[in-house]
Amino acid sequence: MDHAYLTPLILAIIATATPLLLAATGELVTEKSGVLNLGIEGMMLMGAVSGFVTAKLTGSMVLALVAAGLTGMAMSALFGFLALVLLANQVASGLALTIFGVGLSALVGANWVGQPIDPLPVLFPAALAELPLVGPVLFAHDFLTYLSFGAIAGVWWFLYRTKAGLILRAVGDAHDSAHAIGYNVVKVRFLATLFGGCMSGLAGAYLSLVYTPMWAENMSAGRGWIALALIVFATWRPGRVLIGAYLFGAIAILQLHAQGAGLDIPAQFLNMLPYLATILVLVIISRDAVRIRLNAPACIGKAFHPAA
Amino acid sequence: MIMLERRRETSRVMKFASPLLALVLTVISGAALFGLLGFDPLEALYQFFIAPVMTSYGIAELLLKATPLILIGVGLAIGYRANVWNIGAEGQLIIGAIAGGAIGLALHGVDSVLVLPLMIAGGILGGMAWAAIPALLRTHFNASELLTSLMLTYVAELLLTWAVNGPLKDPDGFSFPESKMFHDSASMPLLLEGTRLHGGFLAALIVVLLGWFFISRSLPGYEVRVTGSAPHAARFAGFSQTVTIWMTLLAGGALAGLAGLFEVAGPVGQLVPKISPGYGFTAIIVAFLGRLHPVGILFAGLLVALSYLGGEMAQITLNMPLAVTGVFQGLLLFFLLGVDILLTHRIRIGHIKPRSAS
Repeated sequence: MDHAYLTPLILAIIATATPLLLAATGELVTEKSGVLNLGIEGMMLMGAVSGFVTAKLTGSMVLALVAAGLTGMAMSALFGFLALVLLANQVASGLALTIFGVGLSALVGANWVGQPIDPLPVLFPAALAELPLVGPVLFAHDFLTYLSFGAIAGVWWFLYRTKAGLILRAVGDAHDSAHAIGYNVVKVRFLATLFGGCMSGLAGAYLSLVYTPMWAENMSAGRGWIALALIVFATWRPGRVLIGAYLFGAIAILQLHAQGAGLDIPAQFLNMLPYLATILVLVIISRDAVRIRLNAPACIGKAFHPAA
Repeated sequence: MIMLERRRETSRVMKFASPLLALVLTVISGAALFGLLGFDPLEALYQFFIAPVMTSYGIAELLLKATPLILIGVGLAIGYRANVWNIGAEGQLIIGAIAGGAIGLALHGVDSVLVLPLMIAGGILGGMAWAAIPALLRTHFNASELLTSLMLTYVAELLLTWAVNGPLKDPDGFSFPESKMFHDSASMPLLLEGTRLHGGFLAALIVVLLGWFFISRSLPGYEVRVTGSAPHAARFAGFSQTVTIWMTLLAGGALAGLAGLFEVAGPVGQLVPKISPGYGFTAIIVAFLGRLHPVGILFAGLLVALSYLGGEMAQITLNMPLAVTGVFQGLLLFFLLGVDILLTHRIRIGHIKPRSAS
């Protein structure tokens, strides 16, 4: 294939996959500890708006990313307090977080809608990106894109190669046993939830500082939910989360290209593709109930209360 | 030191007191939020919670906005009781509106008392059909209805955009993506002249009664409750989980579709790209606030409808961003879920005394 055509295609797929990968990486750790946080969409939107407003007010991208991550963490702490400390239903608490996040982000961002912003800069010197063939694909990205790769690799290493990761998985698979041998289940889960919140906040910042780059109400457009579906698709394995995010990126971009190519299909139907693809993928993976049961953290979504 | 101590049995008082406590906490934090935004908290609270219902027109608007919330809330509550997480009611509402609305447009100008019943049937069936997809995917492929029903909401929104830009677009409507206005026979009859309150509110009241009967007094309702609270016992008793999933999703879809048809044949009056300010999502809050009980949902629907009116009022009189409504609704659900711990636990300040062995 012509590489003048291929390079922009690859870049577009990376840009679409990055926010999904960031959010899914965080939620993977949360779910591995046995917590189901359905509030990704709300945390992403709050991260998007706080990153954008901080960048506008301070002019500092570093502060913007810190703000986005911290905002995501604060949101997830709210969820953690409800679901882990007050033992509220996790599904309902996560939905509450999303509803709250959609509303609060719209409120905070009301005066910032549609304003332009200089996007997050490319990390490497421009000369590197001009290298033939590999330059643009390898060196023309911002910090968050590289972070998304680093984070998923780091999470794999953490979960399967460190003692702390083992404890986290134990808490997710058998909270009573983990408690019995002296681990603090609520603390482990709270930390895993905070990590998930931080990554969702950064995923939101990617949308408002790189992908669009601007702030608009509800700009995540369901990506938080797609990230949740990705984890089921990946059967809770880091490597497959990475593959899944890029598969979705590719589907979304092919849809745009189909529109550009002047296919005689109404744009709305092509826009449905990412959502339909999510459903299709869920169906294909979930039909094997045994595989889901073997891979899903056994305690996911279950409240833990030490038997007193 | 503040400790939580488990109660020996669920507190009956708290069952009713905790939603009120949640409301009080929401109002207090709402006042704080208004203060942060630079408004006089008391004036803002008055504009938000009192001013909208000071006129009879305002009360009619309250009942009008509560109608879809109550209808959808009852349907969702039936599912949530069985741990069937339909969060795609917004999509079912939209498809109900398209299906019922298309019938009204096909019969445009036909002056018959049958037009509206046909539209209503179309709305119910449309919502059911859309909810049948997650039901099928759950029962046959084990796919999470939570994610599939939500994804289908985005698909439904795009379908509506396509429909009002394409087949259902008003040919004489210049380039606006809107359908024709529904004619009189295809519009909901008004309950009060001079207001927008229509017969759908009576339907919502009937649904509350039917929902109460179904959940509390019927055998299938009992099976739903057991499936949700004691899945193993339900299996042992031979209750079919498949039937429960289908029944609860179809009921939720039917009521959401009905609510959608009421919106377009009522206050909206035509098909437009956006027919609901998120009633399908807000109804989730209504269902929980009403303790998944139809009568509770009736009151919860009225209260949450007030948050829409209050948001509009505060936008007009105080120039406050409309998004305040969503923040209020989110806070309300947060506090409600949080204070629920008081049902099963009590707060004790100081050290827990060891229980005497009995």
